[in-house]
Amino acid sequence: MSHVDPSAPLEGGPSKEEERKLKRESRSQLVSFMFMIFITTTAFLTVASDIVPTGFAIPFVLLLAGIQVVMQLYNFMHMNEGSRWINVMIWAGLFVAAMTVAALAVLIGIDKY
Amino acid sequence: MSNSTASSKKSVLWDWLTTVDHKKIGIMYFFGGLFFFTIAGIEAMLMRIQLMFPEMGFLGEQTYNELLTMHGTTMLFLAAMPLFFGFMNFVMPLQIGARDVAFPFINSLGLWLFIFGGIILNISMLAGGAPDAGWTAYAPLSTTSPGNGVDFYVMGLQVAGAGTLMSAINFLVTIVNMRAPGMSMMRMPLFTWTTFVTSMLILFAFPALTIGLLLLMMDRVFGGAFFDTAMGGNVVIYQHIFWIFGHPEVYILILPAFGIFSEIISTFAKKRLFGYSAMVFATMIIGFLGFMVWAHHMFTVGMGPVANAIFAVATMAIAVPTGIKIFNWLLTLWGGRISFTVANLFALAFIPSFVLGGVTGVQLAMSAADYQFHDTYFVVAHFHYVIIGGSVFGIFAGTFYWWPKMFGYRLSESLGKWFFWLFLIGFHLTFFIQHFLGLIGMPRRVASYLDGQGFNEMNFISSMGAFLMAVAFILLVINVLISRKNTDNVQDPWDGRTLEWATTSPVQEYNFAQTPLIRDLDALWYEKMSGNGKMKAAEPLDEIHMPNGSILPIFIALGLSIAAFGVIYSAWFVIGAGLLLTFAMMFIRSIKEDHGYHIPVSEIKKDKGEG
Ligand code: HEM
Ligand SMILES: [Cu+2]
Repeated sequence: MSHVDPSAPLEGGPSKEEERKLKRESRSQLVSFMFMIFITTTAFLTVASDIVPTGFAIPFVLLLAGIQVVMQLYNFMHMNEGSRWINVMIWAGLFVAAMTVAALAVLIGIDKY
Repeated sequence: MSNSTASSKKSVLWDWLTTVDHKKIGIMYFFGGLFFFTIAGIEAMLMRIQLMFPEMGFLGEQTYNELLTMHGTTMLFLAAMPLFFGFMNFVMPLQIGARDVAFPFINSLGLWLFIFGGIILNISMLAGGAPDAGWTAYAPLSTTSPGNGVDFYVMGLQVAGAGTLMSAINFLVTIVNMRAPGMSMMRMPLFTWTTFVTSMLILFAFPALTIGLLLLMMDRVFGGAFFDTAMGGNVVIYQHIFWIFGHPEVYILILPAFGIFSEIISTFAKKRLFGYSAMVFATMIIGFLGFMVWAHHMFTVGMGPVANAIFAVATMAIAVPTGIKIFNWLLTLWGGRISFTVANLFALAFIPSFVLGGVTGVQLAMSAADYQFHDTYFVVAHFHYVIIGGSVFGIFAGTFYWWPKMFGYRLSESLGKWFFWLFLIGFHLTFFIQHFLGLIGMPRRVASYLDGQGFNEMNFISSMGAFLMAVAFILLVINVLISRKNTDNVQDPWDGRTLEWATTSPVQEYNFAQTPLIRDLDALWYEKMSGNGKMKAAEPLDEIHMPNGSILPIFIALGLSIAAFGVIYSAWFVIGAGLLLTFAMMFIRSIKEDHGYHIPVSEIKKDKGEG
C-alpha cells in the first residue's frame, strides 16, 4: 500500500458489479435530490400560505430542516460509508451543541430556575 | 537524536525547521512546552515572593495581575498541553504501529501555530503590558482593560488554538485509520485511548473558546457590544461560553496523564492493566460528562437553585468513573512485582495527591458550600492539586519513562529520586496549607494582604514550598544535561509491554521497517511471552514511502501572526499583508506537486544491520 502513487492513471473499465453499484447509487442520489426539492417546496408553501398557523409552521419547518440535514449528511456527504467513528463524532457533537444551546436558552433569561 | 535521513545533505537547522516527522515534531512540542513551563514557573515564583510577607512591596498590583494572568494562561495553553502533545505526537503513532500521523504537513503547521501563538502572548510583556484579566478573561474586566494586553491574550490564544485544533483532528484521523493490522480499538494501549478521547474533547471544546475570543475581539477592537450591558449586551454569556470550553479543557489536561499513568503502572507492576475495558469506558464517560458540568464554575453568578442543583449533581457524577480508574490502578498494583523507578514513583504519588484534589472538587461541587469557597485560596489549592498532582506528575512520569526512546539516553535514577522527593514535598507544602488559607478567608487573585489577619505564617510556608519545587526543577534540568552518557540499555529499558518499545532507540525515521502484526493487547508483551520477543511482520520488507519536509508551515503560521499583530494594533494594512502571506503559502502548497520520496530496501537493511 505504502508505495501506491495516488496520481497514477487507472486502467480498464469498472467491473460488472461495480457498474451495478454505481447505477444504484446514482438512482438513489436522484431520488433523494427530488425528495429534498419536495421538502424545500413544502417549507416555502407552509410559510407562504395563510391556512397554516404560525405556531405550527415554525416547528414544522424546523423538523423539515432536520430531515434535510440528516439526508445531506448520509446521502450526499456519504456518512453511511467509512468508519463508524464518523457517525459517533457527528452525533456526539450535535448532542453536545444541542445541550449547550438549550441550557443557555434556559439559563440566560430573566427568570431564574 | 540524528535519525538517518534519505537526503543527509540538509543542514541540521533546516532539517528541524522543515520536518514533518511526528517524532521530531513531538520533540519540538516537548521543548517548546518545557520552555514555557520554565517561564510560567518563574512567574509563579515572583508571585510567591510577593505573597511571602504581608504588605510586601516586591511587585506592584498591576504587575501582580499581569503575572497572575500570564502564569495561568502560559501553564495551561503553552506548557501543559504542548508537553502532552509532545508525548502524543512521539508515542501514539508508535503505539499503534503507524509510520507517521495521518497528515504530517498539518502536524507541522499545528506545531508552528503553537510556537507563534506563544510568542505573540509573551511579546505583550515587552510591548507595554501583559494581559491582566486572569486566564479566564471575564467580561467586562477584559473588555474594559486598558492598553493592548488583553488583545495579545485574544490573538495569541486564537493562533495557538488553531494549531491545537488541527493537531487534535490529526490524532483522531490517525487513530481511526492508521492502526497496524490486528490493532483493534480494544487492543489499543491506554495512552492511545486517552489521546483519542482528549482529541475529541478538543474538537468539541475549542470552537467555544474560538467564539468566545472572537466576541471579545469584536468588543475590544471593532466596537462591538456583546458584553456591554449599557448597550443591551450580557456579560454572563461570556462566562458560559468560556466554561463550556473551560471545563472540558481541564479534562483535556488530565486524561493524557491518566493514560501515561496506566502505561507506567502496568509496566512497573509487571501486570496487565486491571479492568482494561472498564478503563476505556471510564475515559469515555469522563469525556462525555465533562461537557455537562461547566456551570459549576458559576454557582455564585445567580443562575437559580434548580440550575445549581442540576449542575452540582452532574459534577458529582464524574467522581464515579474517576473512582473506577483509581481502583483499577490500585488493583493493577495489587500483587504486582512493583519496581520503584522515578517514573513509577510519580505514578504512585499521583494517586493520593490526585484523590485529594478530587475530594476538594466534590466539596466545591456542593453548590451551597461553594458560596463559601468560591474565589478563595481553597480553589487555588484545589486546582493545583489536580493540575500538578495530576497533569504535571503525569508529564514528569512520562518524561522519565519515554526519555530513552525519545533521546537515546536514560535519565539518572538517583538524581531523579532527589528531584521526585523534593518536588513532592515542595508541592504539598505549597498547596496543602492553602486549603486552610482559603477556609479562613484569604481571597484568590489578590496582590497582597494585611498583617494581623492570620495569613502570615501559612503564606510564608507556602512560599517555602514553592522554592523547594523550583530547586527540584533545577535538578531535573541538571539531570537532563549530565545523564547523556547513559546510552546503554535504551531500546527497552523497562521491559515494556507496548509497541513503542519494539522500535530502536532513537527511533528510525520510518518507525517500523515492516508494519508489525498485533496479536493481543500489550502487543510486545504478548510476543515476549508467547513468541520470540520480536514483533511479527504484517508485510514483506519493501521500500518505504515517506513525505517530504516543507518550510511552508512556518510561513503560514508567520502570516497569521502578522495578521494577529495587525488586529492588536488595528492596522488594516498589516492584517491584509499577513493574510496575503498565509494564503499565498497555502496556494503554493495546493498547486505544487509533491509525492514524497522512497527509502530503498538496501538502506532499510543497512539500518537493521543486515546489509
Ligand atoms: C510550580 C509551582 C506553582 C506555583 C508556586 C503556582 C502558584 C500560583 C499562584 C500564586 C497563583 C495565583 C493564585 C491567585 O492569586 O488567585 C496561581 C494561579 C494559577 N495557576 Fe499556578 N502555580 C504553580 C504551578 C501551576 C501549574 C503547573 C499550572 C497548570 C498546569 C498552574 C495553573 C494555574 C492557574 C490556571 C491559575 C489561575 C490563574 C488565574 O486565576 O487566572 N499553576 N498559581
Ligand atoms: Cu470545571
